[in-house]
Formats: sequence, structure tokens, C-alpha cells
Amino acid sequence: MARIEFTPQLRRFTETPSLDAPAATLRDALEAAFERNPRLRSYVLDDQGHLRANVVVYIDGRASRDRRSLSDALRPASSVYVLQALSGG
Amino acid sequence: MSAIAPSSVTDRAWVATRKGLFELRREGSRWRLGRTAFLGEPVTTVLPPDAQGRMLAALNLGHFGVKLHASDDAGATWSEVAAPAYPPQPEDATGPAWKLVLVWALERGHGDGVLWSGTLPGGLFRSADHGRSWQLVESLWRRAERLEWFGGGYDVPGVHSICPHPQRAGEVLIAVSCGGVWATPDDGVTWALRGEGLRAAYMPPELAGNPNIQDPHAVVRCPVAPEVLWCQHHNGIWRSGDDAASWQPVEAPLSSFGFAVAAHPRERDTAWFVPAQADERRVPVGAALVVNRTRDGGRSFDTLREGLPQQDCYDLVYRHGLAVAPDGEQLLMGSTTGHLWASADGGEAWHTVAPHLPPIHAVKFG
Repeated sequence: MARIEFTPQLRRFTETPSLDAPAATLRDALEAAFERNPRLRSYVLDDQGHLRANVVVYIDGRASRDRRSLSDALRPASSVYVLQALSGG
Repeated sequence: MSAIAPSSVTDRAWVATRKGLFELRREGSRWRLGRTAFLGEPVTTVLPPDAQGRMLAALNLGHFGVKLHASDDAGATWSEVAAPAYPPQPEDATGPAWKLVLVWALERGHGDGVLWSGTLPGGLFRSADHGRSWQLVESLWRRAERLEWFGGGYDVPGVHSICPHPQRAGEVLIAVSCGGVWATPDDGVTWALRGEGLRAAYMPPELAGNPNIQDPHAVVRCPVAPEVLWCQHHNGIWRSGDDAASWQPVEAPLSSFGFAVAAHPRERDTAWFVPAQADERRVPVGAALVVNRTRDGGRSFDTLREGLPQQDCYDLVYRHGLAVAPDGEQLLMGSTTGHLWASADGGEAWHTVAPHLPPIHAVKFG
């Protein structure tokens, strides 16, 4: 089960569940979180379903690479952090 | 569809700022700050309450995108509603990404619950349910001319002015920076450019008169004479007396450059402007803030200074930073450096309401 955590900065806008999900890709993991709180989707992804320009995701200590399809693979025990990028925004 | 009932509210107003939404209440000649919402967050525009207390506020959260909030009790409580969203972008689409960048305008349309939203990167959205859901107006978005639009102040084009005809149901005029003035006679089914006479000095000479690349900083309509429109353009001031079929240039004192314009609610020949020195120097002429008012359709102007700073002033009033109340007497003006002024006599004299607000995006009565 991959562990997904969201930046505390998001808490003032909407509920940010920390959860364990049986996710094979970053897309799967985020969808699991959006299922818990559908409102969260528009804070993380833009109109086209891409990662927002000033949101960054770390998977096991490395920034995710595929910002459009979110196809980065997860391991069974991956740690996923969804954060605000410090540039821009 | 029906005519749009004019608001009669003159003692309440809203200030959308870089760091929150502020309510203003007037008692006699004094305005005071009331409730604050979204403190710390950029509020790009606001739709004041209708008779039932329904209102909207648009936020731009930066990292986390553009959000829309609704209130059913005139701003006492708020809840998030779906923001306008662009449909899936085809692989072969050219032009700016189909991604919402900013909600720049919110206005009521014809019919119960009909709202319009002007956005960056150039999409106009319509809601038929008081803003609970939004649909991109594809008839405009898919016009070939849209791909010739470009940004004015932002990287991408944007719809900032929305002027429904107060009597003719379905007729709406919008203005785009930089994409000219467009009108629909049928609630957004068909569109036509309405820029005959506007001139763009920033273009090659052969394109200066092209209506599709004009930068109207703001367009407003006179409520009692809807065929009268005023345009504060990047290259000057224009007036139309024929519902934007043609535009005639107007020369104002000190400078015809600026962003804001307000049309008198009852007098067809009266409008207010806030000049800045020039495109390349966006500060008050001589560091003295003034309001230019015409009462004869632009043939002459009064330059109004009483109560406004006349030295060391570098405030700029942006396109939505000037508003007139339905009585034609109360005015509010807010600057990008956060100073808010009011007038109770049509702009003859001004006084400070609040000197240290966050940068002001929009002021609206209602």
C-alpha cells in the first residue's frame, strides 16, 4: 500500500485525507484520494487533468516526472507527498 | 428571458483585493469597513448579492488554482462551488492552453439564475443555475479569430467586461484584452465583432484598425441609454452612440490613457475616467491623482481633484477599480496600492475610506 500525504497548506481550503492505497501509479494514488474528497481534485490537477504548474509531487524522495498523465510507478510501500512548489504560485 | 432589474443599492459595496474581500457599509456620507472574507487570499472579482442574497466571489489561489465561492446570505457565510473549467483540449489545438488562469468578470444575464463569467485565457462562461455550474461558450471559443487574440497585462487574453443589454433579452456585449469588442444578439449562440473606429497604435499601421486585436481596457454601458457605450482603450477613450456599431474618439485632459471608466446610471452623456500618464509610465500625471468627468458626451471634461492626493501620489486605478452607485452620486475608487476613496457628489469631492487596504482589484456597489 502506498502512503499519500498532502501539504498542510491545503487544509485551510479543503479536507486533505492521508491514506494508504493499493496504487500502481501516481494517477491511481491521487484518484484514491479524490474519491475520499472530490473537491481536492481541482486543487491538485488543472482543467486538463495535469498536475498544477505550482504543485510538486515527491515519490520516495524524488520529484515525479510525468506531470500530464501522472504515470510514475509506485512501489507497494511508496511514500507520496503532494506539496506546493516554492517557485511561482 | 427578461429585462435585467437594475440594482438600487447605494449604501453597500464590495472591495475585492489581493488579500481578501471587504464589505463596505455607508451611513450618511461615511463608509466603513464591514465583514471580511477570504482574508489573505487573492479575490479577483465579486458578484454582489441579488435580492435573495445570492452572491459569488472568485479567488486565485496561485499554487492551487482558481476557485469560486457562493453565499446565500449576502456574504455572512460562504461555500465553495465549481469554478468554470475548460473542456478537454484536443491534441491539435493551437493557442493558449485550455486551462483556467483567472476569473476576471462576473455579471448577471437575462433570465433567472443566468450568469456570465469572463476569464483568462479568453473563455466566456455561462451559468443557468446561479453559478452552481458553468459551460464554456463554445460558439465564441471556437471562432478562428480567437487564435489571433493576445495578452494585455497577462500572458494570455482575457474577457474583463460583460455588458448585458438591460432591455433586449439575450443581447450581451463583451470586451477582451486583447481581442476587441464582441456582441451576441441571441444569448451567446452567435457573435460579431463591434470595433469599427477603434485604433491600436501598438500594431503595424496596416493592422491598427483591425477590430480583433484591439485592447479595450474596459467597456461600460449606460443603463438608461443602452446604445451608449464608453471604452477606455489602451490608446485612448472612445464612445459609441449606436450600440458599438461604430466608435468615436474622445480626448480627455492631462491624458487619455488609463484603465477605469464608469457610466452614469441615468445621464447618457456623463462618464468618469481616471487618467494615468501613459502606457510606459502608469502613474498619475505629475504625481497628482485626478478623475476626469464628462457631462456632454466627451466634448468637454471637468478634472476633479478635491480630496485626492495632489503630490507624491503613484496610485493606479485598475479597470475594475472605479464604480458608480445607481443614484449617480456615490462613487468609489480603489487603487493598486490599496487606497480607497469615496465621493458623495458625483466626483466633485472625494474622501479617504481606507488608506491601507491590500491592492484593490475591483469595487462594486450592490
